[in-house]
Amino acid sequence: MSEGTASREVHWGRTKNLMMVHIAIWFVFSFVVHWFAPALNKISFMHFPLGYYMAAQGALVVFVVQLFIFVKQQDKIDRECGVAED
Amino acid sequence: MSLFRMQGSFIDNLPKIYGLYTGGFLVFVGLMAILEQTGVTADTIGILFVAFTIAIYALIGWLSRTMQVDAYYVAGRQVPPVFNGMATAADWMSGASFVAMAGGIYMGGHPYLAFVVGWTGGYVLVAVLMAPYLRKFGCYTVPDFIGTRYGGNLARLLAVLVLVVASFTYVTAQINATGTIAARALLIPFEVGVWFGLLGILLCSMLGGMRAVTWTQVAQYIVLIIAYLVPVFWMSNKQGFGVVPQLVYGDAVARIIELEQLHQVGVLKPPEAVAGMSALTTLHSASHDTAIAAWRFVALAACMMLGTASLPHILMRYFTTPSVRDARKSVAWSLFFIFLLYFTAPALATFTKLQVLDPNLATSIIGKAIAEVEAIEWIQKWASVGFLAIKDFNGDGILQINEFFMRGDIVVLATPEIAGLPYVISGLVAAGGMAAAMSTADGLLLAIANALSHDLYYKIIDPKAETRKRLIVARVLLIVIGAAGALVASLQLTGILGAVAWAFCFAMSGLFFPLVLGVWWKRANRAGAVAGMAIGLGVGSWYLYMVYAGGMTPWFGIDHLRFGIVGTAASLVSMVVVSLLTPAPDAETQAMVDEVRVPRGETILGSTH
Repeated sequence: MSEGTASREVHWGRTKNLMMVHIAIWFVFSFVVHWFAPALNKISFMHFPLGYYMAAQGALVVFVVQLFIFVKQQDKIDRECGVAED
Repeated sequence: MSLFRMQGSFIDNLPKIYGLYTGGFLVFVGLMAILEQTGVTADTIGILFVAFTIAIYALIGWLSRTMQVDAYYVAGRQVPPVFNGMATAADWMSGASFVAMAGGIYMGGHPYLAFVVGWTGGYVLVAVLMAPYLRKFGCYTVPDFIGTRYGGNLARLLAVLVLVVASFTYVTAQINATGTIAARALLIPFEVGVWFGLLGILLCSMLGGMRAVTWTQVAQYIVLIIAYLVPVFWMSNKQGFGVVPQLVYGDAVARIIELEQLHQVGVLKPPEAVAGMSALTTLHSASHDTAIAAWRFVALAACMMLGTASLPHILMRYFTTPSVRDARKSVAWSLFFIFLLYFTAPALATFTKLQVLDPNLATSIIGKAIAEVEAIEWIQKWASVGFLAIKDFNGDGILQINEFFMRGDIVVLATPEIAGLPYVISGLVAAGGMAAAMSTADGLLLAIANALSHDLYYKIIDPKAETRKRLIVARVLLIVIGAAGALVASLQLTGILGAVAWAFCFAMSGLFFPLVLGVWWKRANRAGAVAGMAIGLGVGSWYLYMVYAGGMTPWFGIDHLRFGIVGTAASLVSMVVVSLLTPAPDAETQAMVDEVRVPRGETILGSTH
């Protein structure tokens, strides 16, 4: 096995882990928090009922921030494994 | 070479060019405001807004004309991530998002927010699972990926079929929206408005393909986001809620909860229905209270998300970036630009509702004398075109909440008038709605025409066709499909929202797992992909027919808007089972998948293929 293949395997392993982390976050803010919206609505956040806030704005903010972080993280993995573009 | 240098400088100058364009547009808005003060009629201002913006888009379309294959199909792969993000946002936000979403939230309350969550969260899937890998592949179209990854004309053909079914369903709704707005702004009949709208759409896309659509979509995004944000900022400041309305409407939500008790929202039901319109009976912020309602919320969000990650007209936007890293960045920027509108929509719905309900505001109508309300200009105007109605069921001469009917669509279009803003804002909003519907229709028509010209005509029917002939075929197909879409749209078979949800469900049923597993599961093979697409689309369509027209009781509350859940499940199971029952893909295909997974290196398909 050449060195190139080994670093590719490491790269794909780390890429898969990163994918699973982000899919997990996505799952929580896409489904879990909205499932429990009635309970969250009892909490007030910035004067909003929290369950309503999460669907109208909170989850959206998480998605946007998450993607900009993902770009940085994946880029770091690509560079460290020597497979980034020049 | 000189062409390349010219393009290079064009790309370098993008911020300056679009900065000037934005400034010019704001000057135009100012000019219209001055014209309004000098007594020019509202109708004329509306016509000027729509005509001026379409003329600009057409000019950009003409300047971007090309006879090169990679410029036509993927804009020469040199669109910077931020600009591709704006173009994707315009491509994505349709007439439905612009016109109907705030109205849907106004009428539907919390359950409707599943669309807001779904139409943003889908981009996480696009960025993490799809876009960078499809960019590395170097395909021109989505079926190009399926056809090369799995091999064989059958797989390619099925991908084309799913693409056409989903995108055509979607595009009729967009041409419908374009026609509606053109008809209203230009004072022409709807049937003429549809064809006029199509003409504008084709002017943007025909000469320059993806390159022209990219640069018009950036221009359209700028118009639509200005048009959406200005009225909300204006209203919020007028009502004293603060400078950034999206952050502070919590108090407005709380006030609505008080007013809902005062006006007995949800307690008073209309004794009889009015066709096409509804009275407000849903509480603004109350969430589902049963497990089945919670399930319906997450199922709808899931359909919109998986559909987002499968819709070819969105995925193909990420084929245009210079690199794989830029494709990822571009998804993040797309979501940011989309977020600007989507996190404003609930604020808009909230402020508009407050204008109508709050007796402390001069604009309120609920609880006032009906004779007084019927004398208001915007009530008369929208009632005369059948968008709202007042019925005094209990004969007390006072307007109760269950006696005021309207179509949700008017929330965005009529808000400037409801809030008493100058007419120039209404004209701006009409131009924004037009931009939203046109940009999406452009992307969809191009996705269909490119798949038919590249995958069906060039790859399957006539692989020896020369460049010139390929690009002429692509343009003829664009016109034919556009005309077919306009024809169907002029029949007005479905509502805009229903058609949009169906398009997402079709796309996810047929394409989601064949695309994802093509990258993430090396073992996925041709037979599995063929089964996944055919069975997914087949089962999804069957289920849609059964619950929509066949009288079948929906399983677990999965109604016709959510049929993608059933189709996608069938697609996943059949794809995995059939793949495992048939031999693994050959070494060459496996090596190709390995290559797709790393950003470095040449694309799988050549830059012109």
